[in-house]
Amino acid sequence: MGGKSLNGEGGRQLSMWGSSQAGSSFPSMQIYQVSQITAYIKELFDSDYALQDLWLEGEVSNYSRAASGHVYFTLKDEQAQIRCVMWRSQAERQAYLPQNGEAVLAHGRISVYEAGGRYQLYVDDIQPAGAGLLYLQFEALKERLAAEGLFDAERKRPLPLFPRRLGVVTSPAAAALRDIVNVLRRRYPLVEVLLSPTPVQGDEAPPQIVAAIEALNEHTDVDVLIVARGGGSLEDLWAFNDERVARAIYASRVPVVTGVGHETDFTIADFVADVRAPTPSAAAELVVPDRQKLREAVEGWRGRLMQLMKGHIGEKRRALQYREQVLRRFSPQAHIDNYRQRIDDLIRSALAGLKHRLALGRERLRTLDSQLQTLSPLATLERGYAIARHLGTGKVVRSVAQVVAGDRLEVRVSDGQFESRVEQT
Amino acid sequence: MKIENLSFEEAFKELEETVRRLEEGDLTLDESIALFERGQALARHCGEKLYRAELRVGQLVPSSEQDEGGYETVPFEGE
Repeated sequence: MGGKSLNGEGGRQLSMWGSSQAGSSFPSMQIYQVSQITAYIKELFDSDYALQDLWLEGEVSNYSRAASGHVYFTLKDEQAQIRCVMWRSQAERQAYLPQNGEAVLAHGRISVYEAGGRYQLYVDDIQPAGAGLLYLQFEALKERLAAEGLFDAERKRPLPLFPRRLGVVTSPAAAALRDIVNVLRRRYPLVEVLLSPTPVQGDEAPPQIVAAIEALNEHTDVDVLIVARGGGSLEDLWAFNDERVARAIYASRVPVVTGVGHETDFTIADFVADVRAPTPSAAAELVVPDRQKLREAVEGWRGRLMQLMKGHIGEKRRALQYREQVLRRFSPQAHIDNYRQRIDDLIRSALAGLKHRLALGRERLRTLDSQLQTLSPLATLERGYAIARHLGTGKVVRSVAQVVAGDRLEVRVSDGQFESRVEQT
Repeated sequence: MKIENLSFEEAFKELEETVRRLEEGDLTLDESIALFERGQALARHCGEKLYRAELRVGQLVPSSEQDEGGYETVPFEGE
Protein backbone atom coordinates (compact mmCIF):
# COMPACT_ATOMS: atom_id res chain seq x y z
CA MET A 1 0.00 0.00 0.00
CA GLY A 2 1.16 3.45 -0.92
CA GLY A 3 4.64 4.62 -1.63
CA LYS A 4 4.47 7.40 0.85
CA SER A 5 7.13 8.27 3.27
CA LEU A 6 6.54 10.22 6.41
CA ASN A 7 8.81 13.20 6.06
CA GLY A 8 9.21 16.18 8.31
CA GLU A 9 6.65 18.36 6.66
CA GLY A 10 4.67 20.19 9.26
CA GLY A 11 6.37 18.42 12.20
CA ARG A 12 8.65 20.15 14.59
CA GLN A 13 12.27 19.20 14.88
CA LEU A 14 13.23 19.12 18.52
CA SER A 15 16.37 18.53 20.31
CA MET A 16 16.22 18.00 24.03
CA TRP A 17 19.61 19.32 24.43
CA GLY A 18 19.53 22.28 22.20
CA SER A 19 20.50 22.35 18.61
CA SER A 20 21.41 19.16 16.91
CA GLN A 21 24.09 21.12 15.23
CA ALA A 22 25.75 21.22 18.58
CA GLY A 23 26.77 17.65 17.95
CA SER A 24 24.43 16.08 20.41
CA SER A 25 24.49 12.33 20.64
CA PHE A 26 20.63 12.17 20.74
CA PRO A 27 18.98 11.69 17.35
CA SER A 28 16.48 14.38 16.38
CA MET A 29 12.78 13.30 16.76
CA GLN A 30 9.55 13.99 14.73
CA ILE A 31 6.56 14.92 16.84
CA TYR A 32 3.16 14.94 15.19
CA GLN A 33 -0.31 16.08 16.04
CA VAL A 34 -2.98 13.34 16.12
CA SER A 35 -4.91 15.03 13.33
CA GLN A 36 -1.76 15.28 11.24
CA ILE A 37 -1.03 11.61 11.42
CA THR A 38 -4.68 10.71 10.97
CA ALA A 39 -4.88 12.83 7.83
CA TYR A 40 -1.78 11.05 6.62
CA ILE A 41 -3.34 7.63 7.27
CA LYS A 42 -6.55 8.67 5.58
CA GLU A 43 -4.61 9.72 2.53
CA LEU A 44 -2.92 6.31 2.45
CA PHE A 45 -6.35 4.64 2.30
CA ASP A 46 -7.79 7.08 -0.21
CA SER A 47 -4.93 6.81 -2.62
CA ASP A 48 -5.19 3.04 -2.80
CA TYR A 49 -7.28 2.12 -5.79
CA ALA A 50 -8.15 -1.35 -4.44
CA LEU A 51 -10.03 0.22 -1.53
CA GLN A 52 -12.16 2.55 -3.64
CA ASP A 53 -14.48 0.01 -5.27
CA LEU A 54 -14.96 -3.35 -3.61
CA TRP A 55 -17.49 -5.94 -2.57
CA LEU A 56 -17.24 -7.30 0.95
CA GLU A 57 -18.97 -10.40 2.20
CA GLY A 58 -19.82 -10.83 5.88
CA GLU A 59 -22.40 -11.15 8.60
CA VAL A 60 -24.24 -8.10 9.85
CA SER A 61 -24.12 -7.10 13.53
CA ASN A 62 -24.73 -3.95 15.57
CA TYR A 63 -27.18 -2.75 12.94
CA SER A 64 -28.72 0.60 13.72
CA ARG A 65 -30.42 3.37 11.89
CA ALA A 66 -29.82 6.79 13.37
CA ALA A 67 -32.43 9.54 13.60
CA SER A 68 -30.53 11.22 10.77
CA GLY A 69 -31.43 8.26 8.54
CA HIS A 70 -27.85 7.06 8.20
CA VAL A 71 -27.31 3.32 8.73
CA TYR A 72 -24.48 1.90 10.83
CA PHE A 73 -23.46 -1.74 11.23
CA THR A 74 -20.52 -4.05 11.53
CA LEU A 75 -19.54 -6.74 9.06
CA LYS A 76 -17.69 -9.70 10.48
CA ASP A 77 -16.44 -13.15 9.79
CA GLU A 78 -14.71 -15.59 12.15
CA GLN A 79 -11.49 -13.66 12.35
CA ALA A 80 -12.24 -10.00 11.81
CA GLN A 81 -14.73 -7.21 11.64
CA ILE A 82 -15.09 -3.88 9.94
CA ARG A 83 -17.32 -0.93 10.68
CA CYS A 84 -19.76 0.12 7.97
CA VAL A 85 -21.79 3.22 7.35
CA MET A 86 -24.45 3.85 4.73
CA TRP A 87 -25.64 7.42 4.25
CA ARG A 88 -29.30 8.16 4.26
CA SER A 89 -29.41 9.04 0.56
CA GLN A 90 -28.06 5.59 -0.32
CA ALA A 91 -30.14 3.75 2.29
CA GLU A 92 -33.32 5.29 0.88
CA ARG A 93 -32.55 3.93 -2.57
CA GLN A 94 -32.06 0.38 -1.33
CA ALA A 95 -34.80 -2.17 -1.93
CA TYR A 96 -33.14 -4.34 0.69
CA LEU A 97 -31.70 -3.40 4.06
CA PRO A 98 -30.14 -6.11 6.25
CA GLN A 99 -30.88 -7.26 9.76
CA ASN A 100 -28.46 -8.48 12.37
CA GLY A 101 -27.16 -11.96 11.69
CA GLU A 102 -27.79 -11.84 7.95
CA ALA A 103 -25.06 -12.69 5.48
CA VAL A 104 -24.67 -9.87 3.01
CA LEU A 105 -22.57 -8.52 0.20
CA ALA A 106 -21.80 -4.85 0.64
CA HIS A 107 -20.26 -2.55 -1.93
CA GLY A 108 -18.41 0.67 -1.30
CA ARG A 109 -15.04 2.21 -0.49
CA ILE A 110 -12.90 2.00 2.62
CA SER A 111 -11.70 5.18 4.15
CA VAL A 112 -10.86 6.67 7.51
CA TYR A 113 -13.28 8.37 9.84
CA GLU A 114 -10.89 10.78 11.41
CA ALA A 115 -13.03 11.91 14.33
CA GLY A 116 -13.64 8.29 15.36
CA GLY A 117 -10.09 7.22 14.70
CA ARG A 118 -11.09 4.22 12.64
CA TYR A 119 -11.32 3.01 9.11
CA GLN A 120 -14.69 1.92 7.82
CA LEU A 121 -16.62 0.82 4.75
CA TYR A 122 -18.75 3.54 3.19
CA VAL A 123 -21.52 1.38 1.74
CA ASP A 124 -23.41 2.37 -1.43
CA ASP A 125 -25.07 -0.97 -2.25
CA ILE A 126 -25.99 -3.99 -0.19
CA GLN A 127 -27.48 -7.34 -1.21
CA PRO A 128 -28.38 -10.53 0.65
CA ALA A 129 -25.40 -12.84 0.20
CA GLY A 130 -26.95 -15.68 -1.84
CA ALA A 131 -28.92 -13.49 -4.18
CA GLY A 132 -26.15 -10.97 -3.90
CA LEU A 133 -23.74 -13.35 -5.54
CA LEU A 134 -26.15 -14.00 -8.37
CA TYR A 135 -26.68 -10.30 -8.61
CA LEU A 136 -22.95 -9.73 -8.89
CA GLN A 137 -22.65 -12.33 -11.62
CA PHE A 138 -25.60 -10.74 -13.35
CA GLU A 139 -24.11 -7.27 -13.14
CA ALA A 140 -20.72 -8.48 -14.34
CA LEU A 141 -22.20 -10.33 -17.33
CA LYS A 142 -24.47 -7.43 -18.14
CA GLU A 143 -21.55 -5.04 -18.12
CA ARG A 144 -19.41 -7.31 -20.27
CA LEU A 145 -22.09 -7.95 -22.88
CA ALA A 146 -23.04 -4.28 -22.95
CA ALA A 147 -19.39 -3.40 -23.60
CA GLU A 148 -19.38 -5.93 -26.43
CA GLY A 149 -22.37 -4.18 -27.99
CA LEU A 150 -24.94 -6.93 -27.53
CA PHE A 151 -27.49 -4.49 -26.13
CA ASP A 152 -26.88 -1.67 -28.60
CA ALA A 153 -30.03 0.15 -29.57
CA GLU A 154 -28.86 0.38 -33.20
CA ARG A 155 -29.01 -3.37 -33.64
CA LYS A 156 -32.56 -3.75 -32.35
CA ARG A 157 -34.57 -4.91 -35.32
CA PRO A 158 -38.13 -3.86 -36.06
CA LEU A 159 -40.77 -6.57 -35.75
CA PRO A 160 -42.66 -7.62 -38.89
CA LEU A 161 -46.06 -5.93 -39.08
CA PHE A 162 -47.84 -9.08 -40.19
CA PRO A 163 -45.84 -12.10 -39.07
CA ARG A 164 -46.68 -15.26 -41.01
CA ARG A 165 -44.89 -17.78 -38.86
CA LEU A 166 -44.01 -17.25 -35.23
CA GLY A 167 -41.49 -19.39 -33.38
CA VAL A 168 -42.09 -19.84 -29.66
CA VAL A 169 -39.29 -21.02 -27.39
CA THR A 170 -40.74 -22.18 -24.09
CA SER A 171 -41.82 -25.19 -22.13
CA PRO A 172 -44.73 -27.07 -23.76
CA ALA A 173 -46.33 -27.80 -20.39
CA ALA A 174 -46.23 -24.30 -18.94
CA ALA A 175 -48.86 -21.62 -18.57
CA ALA A 176 -46.71 -19.25 -20.59
CA LEU A 177 -47.43 -21.16 -23.80
CA ARG A 178 -51.15 -21.31 -23.06
CA ASP A 179 -51.20 -17.57 -22.43
CA ILE A 180 -49.40 -16.89 -25.69
CA VAL A 181 -51.67 -19.15 -27.72
CA ASN A 182 -54.78 -17.56 -26.20
CA VAL A 183 -53.63 -14.08 -27.06
CA LEU A 184 -52.76 -15.09 -30.62
CA ARG A 185 -56.09 -16.84 -31.12
CA ARG A 186 -57.94 -13.75 -30.01
CA ARG A 187 -55.83 -11.14 -31.76
CA TYR A 188 -54.44 -12.59 -34.94
CA PRO A 189 -55.16 -16.24 -35.72
CA LEU A 190 -53.67 -15.74 -39.19
CA VAL A 191 -50.23 -16.40 -37.78
CA GLU A 192 -48.89 -19.93 -37.67
CA VAL A 193 -47.29 -20.86 -34.37
CA LEU A 194 -44.28 -23.14 -34.24
CA LEU A 195 -43.31 -24.28 -30.76
CA SER A 196 -39.70 -25.19 -30.16
CA PRO A 197 -40.01 -26.95 -26.81
CA THR A 198 -37.37 -26.65 -24.11
CA PRO A 199 -37.11 -26.78 -20.34
CA VAL A 200 -36.89 -23.23 -19.00
CA GLN A 201 -35.33 -23.75 -15.59
CA GLY A 202 -32.51 -25.70 -14.03
CA ASP A 203 -28.89 -26.18 -14.98
CA GLU A 204 -29.83 -28.09 -18.12
CA ALA A 205 -32.07 -25.35 -19.42
CA PRO A 206 -29.60 -22.90 -20.99
CA PRO A 207 -28.08 -25.23 -23.63
CA GLN A 208 -31.55 -26.48 -24.49
CA ILE A 209 -32.95 -22.98 -24.83
CA VAL A 210 -30.01 -22.25 -27.12
CA ALA A 211 -30.77 -25.38 -29.18
CA ALA A 212 -34.45 -24.45 -29.43
CA ILE A 213 -33.60 -20.96 -30.70
CA GLU A 214 -31.10 -22.34 -33.18
CA ALA A 215 -33.49 -25.04 -34.47
CA LEU A 216 -36.12 -22.40 -35.33
CA ASN A 217 -33.54 -20.22 -37.01
CA GLU A 218 -31.92 -22.95 -39.03
CA HIS A 219 -34.76 -25.31 -39.88
CA THR A 220 -37.84 -23.16 -40.28
CA ASP A 221 -38.84 -19.96 -42.03
CA VAL A 222 -40.29 -18.20 -38.97
CA ASP A 223 -40.14 -14.44 -39.23
CA VAL A 224 -40.10 -13.62 -35.52
CA LEU A 225 -39.37 -15.44 -32.24
CA ILE A 226 -40.82 -15.29 -28.75
CA VAL A 227 -38.63 -16.56 -25.91
CA ALA A 228 -40.86 -16.91 -22.88
CA ARG A 229 -41.20 -18.15 -19.36
CA GLY A 230 -43.85 -17.47 -16.74
CA GLY A 231 -43.13 -15.84 -13.40
CA GLY A 232 -40.93 -17.46 -10.78
CA SER A 233 -38.22 -16.80 -8.23
CA LEU A 234 -34.95 -15.18 -9.18
CA GLU A 235 -33.37 -18.65 -9.31
CA ASP A 236 -36.21 -19.97 -11.49
CA LEU A 237 -35.53 -17.32 -14.10
CA TRP A 238 -31.79 -17.77 -13.94
CA ALA A 239 -31.48 -19.65 -17.22
CA PHE A 240 -32.37 -16.38 -18.95
CA ASN A 241 -29.34 -14.73 -17.39
CA ASP A 242 -27.04 -17.25 -19.01
CA GLU A 243 -24.43 -15.97 -21.41
CA ARG A 244 -25.06 -18.79 -23.90
CA VAL A 245 -28.74 -17.88 -24.09
CA ALA A 246 -27.85 -14.23 -24.53
CA ARG A 247 -25.52 -15.04 -27.42
CA ALA A 248 -28.07 -17.31 -29.10
CA ILE A 249 -30.63 -14.50 -29.00
CA TYR A 250 -28.03 -12.11 -30.35
CA ALA A 251 -27.23 -14.50 -33.20
CA SER A 252 -30.86 -15.07 -34.16
CA ARG A 253 -31.59 -14.46 -37.85
CA VAL A 254 -35.03 -13.08 -37.03
CA PRO A 255 -36.05 -10.57 -34.34
CA VAL A 256 -36.57 -11.95 -30.83
CA VAL A 257 -39.14 -10.80 -28.29
CA THR A 258 -38.63 -11.91 -24.70
CA GLY A 259 -41.42 -12.35 -22.19
CA VAL A 260 -39.80 -13.68 -19.06
CA GLY A 261 -41.29 -13.59 -15.56
CA HIS A 262 -43.26 -10.58 -14.41
CA GLU A 263 -43.25 -6.89 -15.05
CA THR A 264 -40.43 -6.24 -12.61
CA ASP A 265 -38.07 -9.00 -13.72
CA PHE A 266 -35.26 -7.99 -16.01
CA THR A 267 -33.00 -10.69 -17.38
CA ILE A 268 -29.91 -10.57 -19.58
CA ALA A 269 -32.05 -12.14 -22.30
CA ASP A 270 -34.36 -9.10 -22.08
CA PHE A 271 -31.45 -6.75 -22.66
CA VAL A 272 -30.25 -8.63 -25.75
CA ALA A 273 -33.71 -9.14 -27.23
CA ASP A 274 -34.92 -6.86 -30.01
CA VAL A 275 -37.99 -6.16 -27.89
CA ARG A 276 -38.54 -6.95 -24.22
CA ALA A 277 -42.10 -7.65 -23.11
CA PRO A 278 -42.99 -7.73 -19.40
CA THR A 279 -44.79 -11.10 -19.58
CA PRO A 280 -45.40 -13.94 -22.07
CA SER A 281 -48.90 -12.62 -22.88
CA ALA A 282 -47.52 -9.17 -23.48
CA ALA A 283 -44.92 -10.67 -25.82
CA ALA A 284 -47.69 -12.25 -27.88
CA GLU A 285 -49.54 -8.94 -28.00
CA LEU A 286 -46.44 -7.13 -29.19
CA VAL A 287 -45.72 -9.62 -31.93
CA VAL A 288 -49.04 -9.60 -33.77
CA PRO A 289 -51.46 -6.88 -34.81
CA ASP A 290 -54.96 -6.81 -33.34
CA ARG A 291 -57.53 -8.07 -35.83
CA GLN A 292 -60.20 -5.78 -34.40
CA LYS A 293 -58.01 -2.81 -35.29
CA LEU A 294 -57.20 -4.31 -38.68
CA ARG A 295 -60.88 -4.82 -39.29
CA GLU A 296 -61.48 -1.16 -38.48
CA ALA A 297 -58.67 -0.14 -40.81
CA VAL A 298 -60.12 -2.24 -43.63
CA GLU A 299 -63.57 -0.76 -43.03
CA GLY A 300 -62.05 2.69 -42.99
CA TRP A 301 -60.47 2.09 -46.35
CA ARG A 302 -63.62 0.61 -47.76
CA GLY A 303 -65.46 3.80 -46.80
CA ARG A 304 -62.68 5.92 -48.19
CA LEU A 305 -62.85 4.01 -51.47
CA MET A 306 -66.56 4.68 -51.70
CA GLN A 307 -66.08 8.34 -50.94
CA LEU A 308 -63.24 8.69 -53.45
CA MET A 309 -65.26 6.95 -56.13
CA LYS A 310 -68.20 9.27 -55.55
CA GLY A 311 -65.81 12.17 -55.74
CA HIS A 312 -64.36 10.90 -58.99
CA ILE A 313 -67.73 10.42 -60.58
CA GLY A 314 -68.90 13.84 -59.44
CA GLU A 315 -65.75 15.36 -60.82
CA LYS A 316 -66.20 13.65 -64.18
CA ARG A 317 -69.82 14.72 -64.27
CA ARG A 318 -68.87 18.31 -63.67
CA ALA A 319 -66.19 18.11 -66.34
CA LEU A 320 -68.77 16.71 -68.73
CA GLN A 321 -71.23 19.46 -67.98
CA TYR A 322 -68.60 22.08 -68.51
CA ARG A 323 -67.63 20.60 -71.86
CA GLU A 324 -71.22 20.44 -72.91
CA GLN A 325 -71.49 24.13 -72.21
CA VAL A 326 -68.35 24.89 -74.16
CA LEU A 327 -69.57 22.73 -77.00
CA ARG A 328 -72.88 24.47 -77.05
CA ARG A 329 -71.18 27.81 -77.22
CA PHE A 330 -69.18 26.81 -80.27
CA SER A 331 -71.87 24.79 -82.05
CA PRO A 332 -72.90 25.89 -85.67
CA GLN A 333 -76.47 25.79 -84.39
CA ALA A 334 -75.59 28.79 -82.30
CA HIS A 335 -74.24 30.52 -85.40
CA ILE A 336 -77.30 29.65 -87.34
CA ASP A 337 -79.56 30.89 -84.57
CA ASN A 338 -77.45 33.98 -84.43
CA TYR A 339 -77.70 34.68 -88.14
CA ARG A 340 -81.35 33.86 -88.16
CA GLN A 341 -81.89 36.49 -85.59
CA ARG A 342 -79.74 38.96 -87.43
CA ILE A 343 -81.72 38.36 -90.60
CA ASP A 344 -84.90 38.97 -88.68
CA ASP A 345 -83.41 42.12 -87.27
CA LEU A 346 -82.29 43.29 -90.70
CA ILE A 347 -85.67 42.59 -92.23
CA ARG A 348 -87.32 44.39 -89.40
CA SER A 349 -85.14 47.44 -89.75
CA ALA A 350 -85.34 47.34 -93.56
CA LEU A 351 -89.12 47.29 -93.35
CA ALA A 352 -89.08 50.09 -90.86
CA GLY A 353 -86.80 52.10 -93.17
CA LEU A 354 -88.98 51.38 -96.11
CA LYS A 355 -92.11 52.42 -94.29
CA HIS A 356 -90.44 55.58 -93.22
CA ARG A 357 -89.33 56.39 -96.74
CA LEU A 358 -92.77 55.61 -98.07
CA ALA A 359 -94.28 57.98 -95.58
CA LEU A 360 -91.76 60.63 -96.52
CA GLY A 361 -92.45 60.04 -100.19
CA ARG A 362 -96.13 60.27 -99.65
CA GLU A 363 -95.70 63.49 -97.79
CA ARG A 364 -93.47 64.94 -100.51
CA LEU A 365 -95.95 63.85 -103.12
CA ARG A 366 -98.63 65.75 -101.36
CA THR A 367 -96.47 68.87 -101.23
CA LEU A 368 -95.47 68.55 -104.87
CA ASP A 369 -99.02 67.98 -105.83
CA SER A 370 -100.14 71.20 -104.29
CA GLN A 371 -97.18 73.02 -105.80
CA LEU A 372 -98.03 71.42 -109.07
CA GLN A 373 -101.53 72.62 -108.74
CA THR A 374 -100.37 76.23 -108.50
CA LEU A 375 -97.83 75.87 -111.31
CA SER A 376 -99.90 73.76 -113.66
CA PRO A 377 -100.44 75.29 -117.10
CA LEU A 378 -103.90 73.91 -116.84
CA ALA A 379 -104.63 76.53 -114.24
CA THR A 380 -103.37 79.13 -116.72
CA LEU A 381 -105.57 77.62 -119.38
CA GLU A 382 -108.48 78.11 -117.06
CA ARG A 383 -107.74 81.72 -117.21
CA GLY A 384 -108.26 81.66 -121.07
CA TYR A 385 -104.77 80.89 -122.37
CA ALA A 386 -104.15 78.18 -124.94
CA ILE A 387 -101.12 76.10 -125.80
CA ALA A 388 -100.36 75.42 -129.38
CA ARG A 389 -98.16 72.54 -130.48
CA HIS A 390 -97.07 71.23 -133.79
CA LEU A 391 -99.25 68.36 -134.49
CA GLY A 392 -96.53 66.06 -135.68
CA THR A 393 -93.71 66.90 -133.27
CA GLY A 394 -95.67 68.10 -130.29
CA LYS A 395 -93.35 71.10 -130.02
CA VAL A 396 -94.89 74.02 -128.19
CA VAL A 397 -95.18 77.09 -130.35
CA ARG A 398 -93.75 80.05 -128.52
CA SER A 399 -92.93 82.30 -131.45
CA VAL A 400 -94.42 83.29 -134.78
CA ALA A 401 -91.18 82.31 -136.32
CA GLN A 402 -91.89 78.72 -135.43
CA VAL A 403 -94.77 78.37 -137.81
CA VAL A 404 -95.39 78.77 -141.54
CA ALA A 405 -98.69 78.88 -143.32
CA GLY A 406 -100.24 75.52 -143.65
CA ASP A 407 -98.72 74.06 -140.41
CA ARG A 408 -101.17 72.05 -138.51
CA LEU A 409 -101.30 72.74 -134.83
CA GLU A 410 -102.90 71.13 -131.84
CA VAL A 411 -104.36 73.70 -129.55
CA ARG A 412 -105.03 72.93 -125.98
CA VAL A 413 -107.52 74.85 -123.93
CA SER A 414 -108.80 74.34 -120.44
CA ASP A 415 -111.38 71.72 -121.21
CA GLY A 416 -109.77 69.89 -124.15
CA GLN A 417 -108.03 70.34 -127.54
CA PHE A 418 -108.69 70.84 -131.14
CA GLU A 419 -106.76 70.96 -134.41
CA SER A 420 -106.20 74.13 -136.33
CA ARG A 421 -104.18 75.30 -139.42
CA VAL A 422 -101.95 78.28 -139.77
CA GLU A 423 -103.37 80.46 -142.54
CA GLN A 424 -100.99 83.32 -142.54
CA THR A 425 -98.01 84.61 -140.60
CA MET B 1 -52.83 -11.42 -59.20
CA LYS B 2 -56.03 -13.18 -58.25
CA ILE B 3 -57.38 -11.80 -55.04
CA GLU B 4 -58.35 -15.14 -53.51
CA ASN B 5 -54.69 -16.20 -53.69
CA LEU B 6 -53.42 -13.17 -51.81
CA SER B 7 -52.32 -13.44 -48.20
CA PHE B 8 -53.93 -11.07 -45.73
CA GLU B 9 -50.78 -8.98 -45.67
CA GLU B 10 -50.63 -8.71 -49.47
CA ALA B 11 -54.30 -7.84 -49.76
CA PHE B 12 -54.06 -5.32 -46.91
CA LYS B 13 -51.07 -3.59 -48.47
CA GLU B 14 -52.63 -3.55 -51.91
CA LEU B 15 -55.82 -2.09 -50.47
CA GLU B 16 -53.81 0.68 -48.86
CA GLU B 17 -52.04 1.30 -52.17
CA THR B 18 -55.33 1.29 -54.08
CA VAL B 19 -56.80 3.93 -51.80
CA ARG B 20 -53.64 5.97 -52.19
CA ARG B 21 -53.80 5.82 -55.98
CA LEU B 22 -57.43 6.83 -56.00
CA GLU B 23 -56.56 9.70 -53.69
CA GLU B 24 -53.93 10.91 -56.11
CA GLY B 25 -56.65 11.30 -58.72
CA ASP B 26 -55.49 12.03 -62.24
CA LEU B 27 -57.19 8.85 -63.44
CA THR B 28 -59.61 8.16 -66.23
CA LEU B 29 -63.08 7.15 -65.19
CA ASP B 30 -62.44 3.60 -66.39
CA GLU B 31 -59.22 3.41 -64.39
CA SER B 32 -60.83 4.70 -61.23
CA ILE B 33 -63.77 2.33 -61.58
CA ALA B 34 -61.38 -0.59 -62.05
CA LEU B 35 -59.39 0.48 -58.97
CA PHE B 36 -62.53 0.96 -56.96
CA GLU B 37 -63.84 -2.49 -57.82
CA ARG B 38 -60.54 -4.12 -57.00
CA GLY B 39 -60.37 -2.19 -53.75
CA GLN B 40 -63.82 -3.42 -52.78
CA ALA B 41 -62.84 -6.99 -53.51
CA LEU B 42 -59.60 -6.57 -51.53
CA ALA B 43 -61.45 -5.20 -48.51
CA ARG B 44 -63.87 -8.12 -48.64
CA HIS B 45 -60.98 -10.57 -48.91
CA CYS B 46 -59.20 -8.98 -45.93
CA GLY B 47 -62.35 -9.23 -43.82
CA GLU B 48 -62.83 -12.88 -44.70
CA LYS B 49 -59.20 -13.69 -43.98
CA LEU B 50 -59.42 -12.02 -40.56
CA TYR B 51 -62.55 -13.80 -39.46
CA ARG B 52 -62.17 -17.20 -41.01
CA ALA B 53 -58.63 -17.83 -39.77
CA GLU B 54 -58.07 -20.63 -37.25
CA LEU B 55 -54.87 -20.49 -35.26
CA ARG B 56 -52.57 -23.36 -36.19
CA VAL B 57 -50.01 -24.50 -33.63
CA GLY B 58 -47.21 -26.81 -34.65
CA GLN B 59 -44.30 -28.23 -32.73
CA LEU B 60 -40.74 -28.64 -33.88
CA VAL B 61 -39.38 -32.11 -33.09
CA PRO B 62 -36.10 -33.81 -33.99
CA SER B 63 -36.62 -35.69 -37.24
CA SER B 64 -37.57 -39.36 -36.84
CA GLU B 65 -35.61 -40.16 -39.98
CA GLN B 66 -31.91 -40.66 -39.88
CA ASP B 67 -30.79 -37.29 -41.20
CA GLU B 68 -28.67 -36.02 -38.38
CA GLY B 69 -29.75 -32.79 -36.71
CA GLY B 70 -32.90 -32.53 -38.81
CA TYR B 71 -36.26 -31.34 -37.51
CA GLU B 72 -39.82 -31.76 -38.55
CA THR B 73 -43.06 -30.06 -37.65
CA VAL B 74 -45.94 -31.96 -36.11
CA PRO B 75 -49.26 -30.62 -34.88
CA PHE B 76 -49.05 -29.54 -31.28
CA GLU B 77 -51.41 -31.53 -29.07
CA GLY B 78 -50.37 -30.10 -25.70
CA GLU B 79 -52.66 -27.37 -24.46
